[in-house]
Amino acid sequence: MFKKKSGSTLRRPLRKWGLLFLGPITAAFAIGFIWPFIQGIYLSFCKFTLISDANFNGFNNYMAAFSDESFVHAFWYTALFAIVSLVLINVLAFAVAYILTQGIKGSNLFRTVFFMPNLIGGIVLGYIWSMIFDGILSHFGTSIVLNSTFGFWGLIILMCWQQIGYMMIIYIAGLNAVPEDMIEAAKIDGATKWQTLWKVTIPNVMPSITICTFLSLTNGFKLFDQNLALTGGLPIIMQKGASPIKTTEMLALNIYNTFYGSNTAARGTAQAKAVIFFVLVAGLGLAQLAYTRRKEVQQ
Amino acid sequence: MTKEDAAALGKVKSPSRKKGKMILSIIMSIISIVYVLPVLAVLVNSFKLNTYVKTDTFALPLDEMWAGFDNFIKGMTFGNYPFIKSVLYSVVITLISTALILLFTSMAAWYVVRVDSLFCKVIYYLCVFSMVVPFQMVMFTLSKTADNLNLNTPWTIPIIYLGFGAGLAIFMFVGFVKSIPVEIEEAASIDGCGPLRTYFTVVFPMLKPTMISVGILEIMWVWNDYLLPYLVLDINEYRTIPIHIQYLKGSYGTVDLGATMALILLGIIPVIIFYLLCQKHIIKGVAAGAVKG
Repeated sequence: MFKKKSGSTLRRPLRKWGLLFLGPITAAFAIGFIWPFIQGIYLSFCKFTLISDANFNGFNNYMAAFSDESFVHAFWYTALFAIVSLVLINVLAFAVAYILTQGIKGSNLFRTVFFMPNLIGGIVLGYIWSMIFDGILSHFGTSIVLNSTFGFWGLIILMCWQQIGYMMIIYIAGLNAVPEDMIEAAKIDGATKWQTLWKVTIPNVMPSITICTFLSLTNGFKLFDQNLALTGGLPIIMQKGASPIKTTEMLALNIYNTFYGSNTAARGTAQAKAVIFFVLVAGLGLAQLAYTRRKEVQQ
Repeated sequence: MTKEDAAALGKVKSPSRKKGKMILSIIMSIISIVYVLPVLAVLVNSFKLNTYVKTDTFALPLDEMWAGFDNFIKGMTFGNYPFIKSVLYSVVITLISTALILLFTSMAAWYVVRVDSLFCKVIYYLCVFSMVVPFQMVMFTLSKTADNLNLNTPWTIPIIYLGFGAGLAIFMFVGFVKSIPVEIEEAASIDGCGPLRTYFTVVFPMLKPTMISVGILEIMWVWNDYLLPYLVLDINEYRTIPIHIQYLKGSYGTVDLGATMALILLGIIPVIIFYLLCQKHIIKGVAAGAVKG
């Protein structure tokens, strides 16, 4: 992993200090991550309401999760949301970054403004925007929590507002690293601005594009605070003989509601959903990373 | 912005190009104004009487809508919980967690790179792995573990943050430590410095740029985090700012929107001041941390 081995003058005396240097982090990591993670995997195969009463029940939780309509709905809803927000955020962020690296007046000020929403937490963002949307929609006799189409696009607008500035920073760093002489050379060869952008600039910022698509996709899938604060999953569709569906509920919120809803018997199902969610998020990230890395090499 | 300078100095621009840039500048100015409108809406509505917030959201709080500082005064004790307590708990949790993370993960990262034993590798890869695990995966078991170990107070929850947030910090510190030449530390060690002194007098100062980046990312994360403290803390006793605001809005019944906006305003003012003061470091930190999933 780390090619260069340090000399023995440092390494040998340091080894004995492992308890001090690695001890605190290992202990905290065991409490805060390793143990809950292992226990989480185990509990996904159990029926439980508290942890102490866990009884092994095989794949029943997973079957219950996959046959839960609200979970399936949340999955497709989240996937759609993640893809739409990925495209919008990245296109807009790249456009803004491109304009701000053209040497226009006030670039630094614009950058400051666009990044600002990132410092505001998701819960607060959700309530700010719910006030704004309801301020508009109340004139038409409706509300963001009454119409799932408004709920979807409202959340998209909110996420664009928050994330464009973040992705913009990464794109600006990428654009500034494009060699100036390559662009000059393209210009001398008679390339139009548009051609230069597609054939020179974009291939050169592929690493930034990789990072940003990866980030916005996983951010979209993991979204929780904003979803909870803006619509909380409303409106609800009641179904005959089946569980009601919260139309704007995303995966993370669905898992949360299954865990802490009134039906404590569903906690095993909730943990199974959480494992599925983990596999999805981790898998997506890795697959996309592998794909875009391969593209980079080709260019 | 070296590139912008170069672009500004290097080329003689045709009048049409200059004009194009002016137009772009104007368009971006308009977009910027639209961009800050949501925050202005919070400001405006925090001085507005509750009944008008929903009907006249975008009007200035004039005449009969003007509430003065009533919303702020009301907000202070809103929800039968003093807001100032939430602020204090948020500050305590954020500061202790960030300090713990910076100290212990940088120590661990140095040890991991320099000793490079099998155990080090296992810890390192587990940390990297933890970065792709969503919180929902561990939330139930983590909150139960925290309860069992009495880690449910603002003074002890930083241990949870140290554990769950170690991934990114270790990852970033390891990346940086690998770029530091080992010779300086070896010289210190030959001169009779023990590992602890070598770390604090030689390594620690060199880590400063990464410390700032990691510190800013952790501050932004912990300060705004909602679900982890909500599940771990005893919320009748301890509420952070996001929990407090969620509690006000989420509880059914009549929600006083004016007072909620006043509290939101009080909650984001320190954040905006912090941003304007450390803008350069924040943007650098974000760019450095972007590798995280």
